[in-house]
Amino acid sequence: MAARNWIFAVAVAVAVFLSLSTFSSAQDLQIVNAERRIDLSSHIVKAFLTLKVENIGKDPAADMLLAFPPTQIKNLAMVQALAVMGKKKKKTYLPLDVKPSEQPDAPNDAGYFLVSFATPLGPGETVTLEVLYILTHSLEPFPVEITQSESQLVYYHDSAVVLSPYRIKQQATFFKTPSTRVESFTSVEPANRAGKEIKYGPYEDRAPYSYAPVIVHFENNSPFAVVEELVREIEISHWGSLQITENYRLTHGGARHKGVFSRVEYQSRRSISGSSSFNALLAVLPPRVNSVYYRDDIGNISTSHLRTGFKKSELEFEPRYPLFGGWRATFVIGYRVPLEDYLFEAPDGRRYLNFTFGCPLVETIVNKLTLKVVLPEGSKDPSAVLPFTVNQDLQVKYSYLDIVGRTVVVLQKDNVVPTHNVPFQVYYTFKPIYMLAEPLMLVSAFFFVFVTSLAYVHIDLNIVKK
Amino acid sequence: MATLESPPPGTPSAMTNAFGTVLSALILLLIGVLAFSIRLFSVIKYESVIHEFDPYFNYRVTQFLSKNGIYEFWNWFDDRTWYPLGRVIGGTVYPGLTLTAGTIWWALNAINIPLSVETVCVFTAPVFSAFASWATYLLTKEVKGSGAGLAAAALLAMVPSYISRSVAGSYDNEAVAIFALIFTFYLYIKTLNTGSLFYATLNAIAYFYMVCSWGGYTFIINLIPMHVLLCIVTGRYSPRLYIAYAPLVVLGTLLAALVPVVGFNAVLTSEHFASFLVFIIIHVVALVYYIKGILSPKMFKVAVTLVVSIGLAVCLIVVAVLVALVASSPTGGWSGRSLSLLDPTYASKYIPIIASVSEHQPPTWPSYFMDINVLAFLVPAGIIACFSPLSDASSFVVLYIVMSVYFSGVMVRLMLVLAPAACIMSGIALSQAFDVFTASIKYQLGRSANSKDDAEDNTSTNNAPKDDSSSGKTDKGEEVAKERPSKKGKKKEREPADKPSVKSKILKKRALVLPLEASIVALLLLIMLGAFYVIHCVWAAAEAYSAPSIVLTSQSRDGLHVFDDFRESYAWLSHNTDVDDKVASWWDYGYQTTAMANRTVIVDNNTWNNTHIATVGTAMSSPEKAAWEIFNSLDVKYVLVVFGGLIGYPSDDINKFLWMVRIGGGVFPHIKEADYLRDGNYRIDSEATPTMLNCLMYKLSYYRFVETDGKGYDRVRRTEIGKKNFKLTHFEEVFTSHHWMVRIYKLKPQKNRIRGRAKKLKLKTSSGLDSKPAKKNPWI
Repeated sequence: MAARNWIFAVAVAVAVFLSLSTFSSAQDLQIVNAERRIDLSSHIVKAFLTLKVENIGKDPAADMLLAFPPTQIKNLAMVQALAVMGKKKKKTYLPLDVKPSEQPDAPNDAGYFLVSFATPLGPGETVTLEVLYILTHSLEPFPVEITQSESQLVYYHDSAVVLSPYRIKQQATFFKTPSTRVESFTSVEPANRAGKEIKYGPYEDRAPYSYAPVIVHFENNSPFAVVEELVREIEISHWGSLQITENYRLTHGGARHKGVFSRVEYQSRRSISGSSSFNALLAVLPPRVNSVYYRDDIGNISTSHLRTGFKKSELEFEPRYPLFGGWRATFVIGYRVPLEDYLFEAPDGRRYLNFTFGCPLVETIVNKLTLKVVLPEGSKDPSAVLPFTVNQDLQVKYSYLDIVGRTVVVLQKDNVVPTHNVPFQVYYTFKPIYMLAEPLMLVSAFFFVFVTSLAYVHIDLNIVKK
Repeated sequence: MATLESPPPGTPSAMTNAFGTVLSALILLLIGVLAFSIRLFSVIKYESVIHEFDPYFNYRVTQFLSKNGIYEFWNWFDDRTWYPLGRVIGGTVYPGLTLTAGTIWWALNAINIPLSVETVCVFTAPVFSAFASWATYLLTKEVKGSGAGLAAAALLAMVPSYISRSVAGSYDNEAVAIFALIFTFYLYIKTLNTGSLFYATLNAIAYFYMVCSWGGYTFIINLIPMHVLLCIVTGRYSPRLYIAYAPLVVLGTLLAALVPVVGFNAVLTSEHFASFLVFIIIHVVALVYYIKGILSPKMFKVAVTLVVSIGLAVCLIVVAVLVALVASSPTGGWSGRSLSLLDPTYASKYIPIIASVSEHQPPTWPSYFMDINVLAFLVPAGIIACFSPLSDASSFVVLYIVMSVYFSGVMVRLMLVLAPAACIMSGIALSQAFDVFTASIKYQLGRSANSKDDAEDNTSTNNAPKDDSSSGKTDKGEEVAKERPSKKGKKKEREPADKPSVKSKILKKRALVLPLEASIVALLLLIMLGAFYVIHCVWAAAEAYSAPSIVLTSQSRDGLHVFDDFRESYAWLSHNTDVDDKVASWWDYGYQTTAMANRTVIVDNNTWNNTHIATVGTAMSSPEKAAWEIFNSLDVKYVLVVFGGLIGYPSDDINKFLWMVRIGGGVFPHIKEADYLRDGNYRIDSEATPTMLNCLMYKLSYYRFVETDGKGYDRVRRTEIGKKNFKLTHFEEVFTSHHWMVRIYKLKPQKNRIRGRAKKLKLKTSSGLDSKPAKKNPWI
């Protein structure tokens, strides 16, 4: 078979590339059972994939590949894999290392992720993997434009069978829709629908790279809150607080609003009018948050409510106007948290900030997230530690009475989903004496002013004695 | 500053003087803090935001300036307003405020204090209020000594009239202009008192700043010549007067002509002619004095005849030229606003656009009490104090108060010019009264002691800073002689009845002294009066003048309600319409739309083109179809109306509508005010005229309003609306804010023209269709 040779070539190439690794070729692994559950209830598509992998080759396999079609790979926000250890009741999960991987001869530009097993999989052994991957921007509104009274219908494109470089003995795929209203779905026998669930399969013994495109057309009125750009600035002040400023550019990513917006209908017939629109958002902020503000370019926005709690604080807020499809809004949320909760000293004397990455808004996609950590003036050797790859950069910012400027660690990541809200660290060295620089400067400035006025008063500049 | 001059060391009074200087410096600092902080109520109660209408324009200009720099600013042609005409901002704006705030912002950023332009703009007015109160201190000190100066400064720091224009966020020209006004007057008086050319130059520069800041500079350039004339007429001509006046006119006019918005107006318009006329007169007078000095009396007589005849001839020529120039202009060379000052009924007769602005209306009596409070009662006392004795400086402040009282009587807005004058007068009055009463108490308490000691006690403890100022002035020659009698004469002004009887020093002394009890009671009363003033000012600052007017609040049983509809809709416009869309609204909302929504508007608060405003007024007063055509011809895409009927917001477009009709009708006579009135009454209920019920403004305001409560009850007009169920054919609702205060409609696109047979077929099938195109085009 041509395909097999192909894969073989790929495997060889990668094996050469990795030189040392005991990379197993595709034939060596097969998937005994694959079950995929795709949650379409919000605009963030979550797919839970359970794979039972068997090594049918002769050599132990250290890792395996996950393949994604090109339409999905660009919308893929995150892939996580867990190995299931133990049986039934004593199940434990072991997180595995997942890395994007380039396969030079990938068919039809398919994208790959490389999952490394905790221990190489010996010949004849099987392992069960739980894979979670998250897709954004994968629900395509159709019709593209709707009026205020219509509800939002979307397309979801996927394959009825799991795309994989390995042979799959048995598999099934479930789509969970938010409501029972499903306009249509592509039928790939056996396929059926029960309530909110569409089941494809079971399919027996599919060759590698099998693909069966399906379209599900269903109603989804969940808020399609997309932050086009979010700039978070975390300013560290060693005087005791962390000031966080978040600039949002929010849009409704669903079907575009068409024609009239009638306030009277929106207010009186709330259930059927503007069902896909949203006007309330929830941000989960750290506990012990204070001085919270919520405003935009033209002033405060008065519709917000803060609940502080022991574990987390919740800021419930509304944009100035309800967001219909395609409408935009910009706003800024700022708050302050005590420094001792987030800044620690490492054993080697360096200081590090331990803060949460990602966007505090729940169920929101961020297209472009820029996180700036503004270190205090005089900090040196900054380095950031994150569990996933981001673009890193260094900038200098001048704030209140700075002379040399503050080092800013800029972390930038596209396509961020709530699962990215994990802690990250920024290490730096800082001498506390720098804290006194600005007060001393002010004191000396005032001193200078008084001395000059003293001198001015006592010096007689008149040429002629009066 | 005289207060900072170090006294000669070693003398026993040096310590007292130094103490007085430091004390008054400290008091001044506190007054500055008071002036600044009393204006922060708006920030604390609401938020740090730009207020009202004009400040939004100034804010936008400042943003442009800080972003693009000064040269771009001068050349800025704004195509976002007055579409399709545009507006040359650099040449039509008073740049003082903008440049001031821009400079402050630039300086702060240069030392790495990253305040936003908005923050700087919000706090410019309070900062300049502090400056204004210090300037008041300087001015009053020149007139009546530092005691009066401090009192006047404290009064000005919290005078409600000024607060109303300078709370934090009220980023308007007046905020800096009042400081510039007072400071210019101070420098004028200072020059007048010292005869120093240095101060005269400073005066011209201060005047230049005032010209940059506010159109009210014409007040200065008319008031100072009037004072000069007064001095000449009353025989008070002196070289100091010449130095105070001549450089101001020459330098000031040259500098004023540098400001693009003034330009050649500084020599061409009637507002400035008084200064030139007086300039000529003072030269003639100076010449006369000079010649009188060098000639013998006999020769002088001959010279007078010669000069008078030549002078008369020159004057006649000048007057003739002036008259010719003035006569060539229809308004006599006066701008509309100035004319309405001279003739209060002018605006309502000829320029409805000026009359339609509430701040151009004459004030009512309560507004005097509201705005200057107890000062209104202290002012007469201050005037009397200024007359005993009358110096050049005190005659100036008397003239100032008289003129400003007149102007404030014409326009509410000019109450602002009255406020500093009233503060100066009241400060003088209070300070003099305190002098008299404390002196009496001292005298009565120490009557048993030696009367000579007593007298010395009196002068030295009355007012330490005043002594300082007089000692500082000993080197200034002749005006000390002028100052001296004023110092002594001060003490008698509270008892006018006693005045004539004062002949000798002993007599005067006795007349000055009041009974102990009366003095104490009077002092307490004065303190109570002051306390009342302070309470009123704080109340006015906190309650009456701090609302930013773009966000409204109402207190009800279930808490505070915030009506933020304006910003809601501006934000909607700014984010959800195309950046080049044109928005039509009544001109009140023009500045806010350009600043907050960043959309092009047809008309705005700079009401420079009456015809354009009339066009919008006509569109609003026309039926839907005609309005659509007008708006479409202006490329308008959205129409914004403000509607208060749902929540009872009284200053909405329906209440302003008659002005639209009047202004529209002034240019387009087919709009007649009578068509909108039923028996002379403006109403929107079922009794309203059909023209009213079919005009665009009515329809856009009340479209689907009846569906809110089933009846269509308008909470502002307190009536059910006349026409309840109607459809819009040429407009569609695209946004209505949460409390319905702002409604935005989109012009429907023109229908496709159906040609030939298809059209006829359609006509046959439905007879109810609009057959107008067929009428217009008989060939089809």
